[in-house]
Amino acid sequence: MSPSERACALLTRWVVERVPAEAAAWFHTQLAAVASAVEEKPLYLALGWAPRRLGKADLRLSPAELAEAAALRPGFDPIDWSVDQAARVALVLASFDGDPQRFKQRLETLFRTADIGETIAFYRGLPLYPGPELLVARAREGARSAMRPVFEAVARRNPYPKERFDEHAWNHLVLKALFIGTTLDPIQGLEERANPRLARMLCDYAHERWAAGRPVSPELWRCVGPHADDGALEDLARVLDTGSGEERKAAALALASCPRPEAKALLARYPELEGPIARGEIRWAAFAQG
Amino acid sequence: MYLDSHTHMISRTTDDYERMAAAGVVACIEPAFWLGQPRTHVGTYIDYLSMICGFERFRAGQFGLRHYCTVGLNPKEANNEELAEAVMEILPRYALKEGVVAIGEIGYDEQSELEDRYFRRQLELAKELDLPVMIHTPHRDKKKGTLRSMDVVREHGLDPSWVVIDHNNEETVEEVLDRGFWAAFSIYPFTKMGNERMVEIVRRYGAERIFCDSACDWGISDPLAVPKTAELMRRAGIPEEQIRKVTYENPLEAYGKSGQIKEEDWLNPPPIDQRLLYMGNSILRGGQEPRIEAKTPGLGEDLRIV
Repeated sequence: MSPSERACALLTRWVVERVPAEAAAWFHTQLAAVASAVEEKPLYLALGWAPRRLGKADLRLSPAELAEAAALRPGFDPIDWSVDQAARVALVLASFDGDPQRFKQRLETLFRTADIGETIAFYRGLPLYPGPELLVARAREGARSAMRPVFEAVARRNPYPKERFDEHAWNHLVLKALFIGTTLDPIQGLEERANPRLARMLCDYAHERWAAGRPVSPELWRCVGPHADDGALEDLARVLDTGSGEERKAAALALASCPRPEAKALLARYPELEGPIARGEIRWAAFAQG
Repeated sequence: MYLDSHTHMISRTTDDYERMAAAGVVACIEPAFWLGQPRTHVGTYIDYLSMICGFERFRAGQFGLRHYCTVGLNPKEANNEELAEAVMEILPRYALKEGVVAIGEIGYDEQSELEDRYFRRQLELAKELDLPVMIHTPHRDKKKGTLRSMDVVREHGLDPSWVVIDHNNEETVEEVLDRGFWAAFSIYPFTKMGNERMVEIVRRYGAERIFCDSACDWGISDPLAVPKTAELMRRAGIPEEQIRKVTYENPLEAYGKSGQIKEEDWLNPPPIDQRLLYMGNSILRGGQEPRIEAKTPGLGEDLRIV
């Protein structure tokens, strides 16, 4: 089986195990019709019917099933997918006829006439599609969306951006996430894709927020720490002096991730934070839960 | 709780959404129509339909309203044959989108030959896809256009209980009800139907198969028309169960035949919707109905729309 066939088979199994037999039979028929179709109509009709026939319940994957997901494809994390989303991505995969260029064209057409639920599902499917190198412009379009759940479908629990976005696109993805108030932690690759330009953009953004008297997300400093320049160290020192408890923890974590000796020296002035960080008691993930 | 079954929210502001939510409107239906000036390309039609199935649905959800729509080629633009043909081609792609509760607004504007052709073809589409129909009755030569619309519906063999005749007035209502259709009334300031007249209509004809909507759009119109009319009916002594039918239950039953609009959507939405699309009214969470105060907030002193 090809990777897309394996992905389709796994999603299909999750769906049919969660719906009544009649709905499962309907779904199998649609997949077969889509796979053998010469025109697009069976696909868009099946995509339209999917939530009506299969429902919109959460998939609620078991730990074993989540492990299957990760084994299928590194970074694939469907922990918050619903039945209709899995079914829609399976249908799209079933339409793949071996030509990635044609697949890309079809996906574009589907996106152009998609409703909001379809749009979210199609973006969530990004890590599973064949010819991923052809889909960068589409993924970037999603990351520009004014609809937060659409943006999040690209940005969160999705390995596609860290693998395919260039530095400019990546940096704007992170900045936009902060801008619209979605937490950074579910974005995959924050550490690997950290870079000096992003660190600078984020510090500028923090200054903009401070000037307006608005709060700055503690998570912002996560992407600043590894590439902190002198100005960023000053900003972190300011947060340590004047920030709230959460902000000070975040600033200290950022310093701990910075390779520069000045950062170590600065952090050493705050043993009440340095100690817990060294013992792993303060972690980035905690900031996303608040 | 109110359901406004005719709203063009893409031309309304966030203030309107806030006021509607505060006044107890829990859901609205956005019929596809023209935009005040005719579209000239099918591409703009595609983007429009995507917008009312997409961003507008999301936007409404941010204010605690569930948003639905109807799709169709409206009679005004049916007169552009090249555009009309292209729209007919893409309509089936949209008819099964989530939250599409009918084919509409379709019908007649100046009752031209082209309008007639595309009206009929869309009735056939609705029949094929088991969807209700929302019919826009013409503003000019209204009575004749309304009767003709119903004749054509019958000719195509549609069940009248699946068809809403909108923009009724005192002159059309009786015939519409007699023939078994739903009779909707768009409450409009200054022209068309005022809400004191609406109260009289309910007094006279009762609440069976009658409902009202705001038809709020880019012109002078009132997005609070439904709650205001409900309140006016209350003050006029119309029984509460009739008010509930005319401002909530009837449109829900008519468009609910699509299977795409259900009370659970706002009373107990699926978790995935709660996470992604619907920042619901916390008062409504858990199936509770909000208590309508004697004076609903945000309605102002004067409830009349004349």
